Amino acid sequence: MSKRKVAVVGAGMTRFVRRAQETGKELSWQAVRMALESCEMTMDDIEAVCLGTAPDAFDGVHMKGEYLSDGAGAWRKPYMRSYVGGGTGVFVPIQAWYHIASGLFDVCLVVAEEKMSSFYPHAQAAFLTIFDHTTERPLKPNLLWIFALEMNRYMHTYGISKADIAQVAVKNKRNAADHPCALLGDKNITVEDVLNSELLAWPVNRLDVSPVSDGAVALVLAAEHVAKRITDKPVWIEGVGWSLDTAHWTNRDLAYPRYVEYAARMAYEMAGIKEPRKEIHIVEPYDPFDYKELHHLEGLLLADRGQAPQLVADGVTLRDGDMPVCPSGGLLGVGNPIAAAGLMKIAELFWQLRGEAGARQVPGQPKRGLAQAWGDLMQVGTVVIMGR
Amino acid sequence: MTSNIKNFPGTSLSEQDIVDGKVFSLHDSMRADFGWDTGVAVGRYLAALKEGVILGARCRHCRKTVVPPRQVCEWCYRPMSDYVPLQDTGIVNTFSLCYVTWDVQRIKEPEIPAVIEIDGASPLHGILHKLGEINPQEVRIGMRVKAVWKPTAERIGAITDILYFRPNLEKQP
Repeated sequence: MSKRKVAVVGAGMTRFVRRAQETGKELSWQAVRMALESCEMTMDDIEAVCLGTAPDAFDGVHMKGEYLSDGAGAWRKPYMRSYVGGGTGVFVPIQAWYHIASGLFDVCLVVAEEKMSSFYPHAQAAFLTIFDHTTERPLKPNLLWIFALEMNRYMHTYGISKADIAQVAVKNKRNAADHPCALLGDKNITVEDVLNSELLAWPVNRLDVSPVSDGAVALVLAAEHVAKRITDKPVWIEGVGWSLDTAHWTNRDLAYPRYVEYAARMAYEMAGIKEPRKEIHIVEPYDPFDYKELHHLEGLLLADRGQAPQLVADGVTLRDGDMPVCPSGGLLGVGNPIAAAGLMKIAELFWQLRGEAGARQVPGQPKRGLAQAWGDLMQVGTVVIMGR
Repeated sequence: MTSNIKNFPGTSLSEQDIVDGKVFSLHDSMRADFGWDTGVAVGRYLAALKEGVILGARCRHCRKTVVPPRQVCEWCYRPMSDYVPLQDTGIVNTFSLCYVTWDVQRIKEPEIPAVIEIDGASPLHGILHKLGEINPQEVRIGMRVKAVWKPTAERIGAITDILYFRPNLEKQP
């Protein structure tokens, strides 16, 4: 099968805030406007629009795709909303990629929006409906349970301590201090701050968790012949992958995200990557909780099982380390407006690979990066590999 | 071009801005009432719980015993026709001490959700439930536990027919 080359040519984002005055439509429009301006294009150049946004339950609006369509610039255009839970933000550019790679369109707009603040008293309650209504919901589970249960299993299996894991939150919140859109950047945070923050659901403390946020991110994707006319610095989408594990989450190995491995292997094969640890220069794995960054580095085959904390301890994953991980500041630092947070990782790779990341720039002119997101009931992995 | 942009859009509000009436905000709540059909396999699971039995299902092809039971094996996509009564004992696969309710109220005494690998099911195959009759600080992964059932007359065919799992004192490793 022959696929056309596809590049990211423009990106824009709003600030990630706990509660935005703007509606989801307005946030989407702001991000789109910035993305179009960044590549000097207009809505007339856009042939199709791909939208990503997480559960309708957050907004209390049915069919959020239609609701957001005017802000996303979708009217009178082929338009589709995709949704794979937390994995959405990295899946929606994959959708735009196959629209273009297939030859169907030359230029697509990708928009990811989330407004989590509308739900009262707290967006977490909207997650109750992800559990099985008959066998789990009568136990009144909350979202923290599944993360706490998975984190504990991961720690137990490999003998990892909470302090080992807290280093990830420290690194990402420090990195986020250099991100102009970040909600929780903090240059001076320490491992003790994380360990001493409020205990929510052992082993999860407050600072192990990313914040509920509002925000939007947009990208412009173009086929090779268009991309080369628009910019001398296109960032190519070299590989994509996605995979789903069983929804019967209590029937699988919680210490290892096999679905992430499957998604990564699909993307590595497409990108022709044989030795990911040597060929991937920047990693933006999904980090809604600090242990997830480690879990995902192992699933992405970028660390041996149970060894990811050692990479953090050795400084390998620092912004100026051998394999920078979440130089953006990640969800833990920049914020976690779910679908927008995943697409923020793609935007970060775009800016990093073009050398435009400012204070966050990874040294050494990185050539290739990987972004990954994760979601549904802890079971979907989505991966995009980008290079210049 | 993030390094070239100084002012990003997005206006941050606090709860106080709304309380003080600086911006408009509209509150409404949705009424939603559902009657979920339990289906065939989970229906049998619930019927067995009413009888004080945890029911699993076995795939003859994959030689896996899963719990809760289901009609189709997600590994080979063949029908799972054998229902298998399992033990009401098991091992704590993982647990949490949760100080927050589902709607983010703080609580003093933690709830102890756990994944419990049920004896008779395949390795690492468990169910979500809670632990009780134990000091939260003494819960350990690998601990053997046993279901505490509601009295027979009070069972209704629901996962809550098991009140919780408690340490299985006869069988600690």
